[in-house]
Amino acid sequence: MNQALKQFLCNPKAIIGLTILVLAVLAAIFAPLIAPGDPWKMATRPFLPPMQDMRFAFGTDMMGRDIMTGLIHGARVSILVGLTSTLVALVFGLLFGALAGFYGGWIDDALMRITEFFQTIPTFVFALLLVAILSPSILSIILAIGIVSWPPVARLVRSEFASLRNREFVRAAEVLGQSNWQIIWGQILPNTLSPVIAMASLMVASAILTEAAISFLGLGDPNRMSWGFMIGAARTVLRQAWWMSFFPGMVILLVVLALNLVGDALNDVLNPRLSRKRRQ
Amino acid sequence: MKLLRAIALRAGKSVGVILAIVALNFLLIRLAPGDPAAVMAGQAGVADEIFMKQLREQFGLDEPIWQQFIFYVGNVLQGDLGYSYRQGMSVANLIAERLPATLLLTGTAFLFALLAGIVLGSIAAAKAGKMPDLVVSILSLVFYATPLFWIGMMSILLFSVWLGWFPAFGMITVGANLRGWDYVLDVAHHLVLPAFTLGLFYMTVYSRMTRASMLEVRDMDFVRTARAKGLAPSIILRRHMLRNAILPVITLAGIQAGQLVGGAILTETVFSWPGIGRLAFDALVQRDYQVLMGVFLITSIMVVVFNILTDLLYRVVDPRIGAGA
Repeated sequence: MNQALKQFLCNPKAIIGLTILVLAVLAAIFAPLIAPGDPWKMATRPFLPPMQDMRFAFGTDMMGRDIMTGLIHGARVSILVGLTSTLVALVFGLLFGALAGFYGGWIDDALMRITEFFQTIPTFVFALLLVAILSPSILSIILAIGIVSWPPVARLVRSEFASLRNREFVRAAEVLGQSNWQIIWGQILPNTLSPVIAMASLMVASAILTEAAISFLGLGDPNRMSWGFMIGAARTVLRQAWWMSFFPGMVILLVVLALNLVGDALNDVLNPRLSRKRRQ
Repeated sequence: MKLLRAIALRAGKSVGVILAIVALNFLLIRLAPGDPAAVMAGQAGVADEIFMKQLREQFGLDEPIWQQFIFYVGNVLQGDLGYSYRQGMSVANLIAERLPATLLLTGTAFLFALLAGIVLGSIAAAKAGKMPDLVVSILSLVFYATPLFWIGMMSILLFSVWLGWFPAFGMITVGANLRGWDYVLDVAHHLVLPAFTLGLFYMTVYSRMTRASMLEVRDMDFVRTARAKGLAPSIILRRHMLRNAILPVITLAGIQAGQLVGGAILTETVFSWPGIGRLAFDALVQRDYQVLMGVFLITSIMVVVFNILTDLLYRVVDPRIGAGA
């Protein structure tokens, strides 16, 4: 593991990605210290272009709110939603995948039918519908993104479980009298984690994109400033104030790119066979 | 015969999926906090007692739940998707009116993404490790991470506000009253930016996939044989490698068609494209749930149809599928 960690940290993709992520996480944690003041409150005159008053380097929006403060506070929503909704998806996916792969037979059939169904439906439309019906809040957004993103995890975990199911170490555990639960949790699951970890990083990235899209359409949590909301608010004044949408979009791009880079690097280290085949 | 059976199986599965979505819609209304009639009426209808009573009767909301379900499924199967109080029109009519615009947009974006993705991916694979490969890789990495709606807004700024090449919104020039070819060209002119925006993300996915899959095929025996025969590299690339390499790309494209339809909501919102995505956005703003559910059902049907089409395309590209399995 130590060697793998070293290999990971020497990967240029990982270095670039981790640097951006650390910055974003720090901004999220220390938002009230770095950018004191309410992101919703008027800070100076409206429609201030960037780089004119250095106290408001990124400019202000149509209500005179500081864009920079919004970006820093918006990091909280994006990162919180990205991480927790991925966690929700992992719990569902691991549960479905493990049960289907371990037991096989009709359980496998039934669970995979459900998984297939959730993969067929237009996920973004479904997520929007869920948020709209449960009424927009950070919780409903997390739940909605979690519910639409677990199927790939379930498929991955299922195939791993199915291939490990009949290995000797699993048979040995069975002979030793371990319960099914012990075998699933203690024997097989730890062996499936490396591809799941790499996948999780990509899932956080796509969760952040989905959250931004939901907020862009005006379904974000009305009490929290978010990047998607800022871009959505800028849509109608695009011609007058390009900076209002430009900066939040760049920040989303950077964070998502960073997560994708880290995911790629994790794949290189944790699943060397697979990624070598892919890269050649 | 086998083809017929495969199609029948596929159709059966599709019907199952669509029925499941109808059931999901039914469940969702009951999941929402408050009186189902009020939920279906949306914000606009809450005050109107007569409309609520009408809804209650139409959906049998005073009956036991299983009867409500049968009512609901019956209604949907007869093409009755409810009534939008806000727009003063049945949901089915609203959607039917908007569907062609969305089909045009998603279809164009899909073809653009698939063709451009395959071409770029093949170039990257042919020049693996060299400059073109690096450029394609970086471009796809960046566009893969960019929010679709933001690309749309930035392309409006660049190509419409600053350069003035393309119109920024709508599907036709308002008040121009064009006919025949002028009309077609006008729509095509309006279509460029939205289709480009919607297709770009998927293009990166397909180009990555094509590249990976081309590299996998490159070292196979039949390619070596073709090379040993002295065939020109361009022929080997097109006839031998690409034909085999695009199979997984087509599979992936079929699976992702549903995501493309979801992206249409964002694209149509940005470009004021008069399709069902824009309809969904307006419904979201007004909490017009019946319209939203109608859009969910229709987009799901679109996905199922897309899947069947890619299945057929797959059979055309790879005749082994029809004969073998």
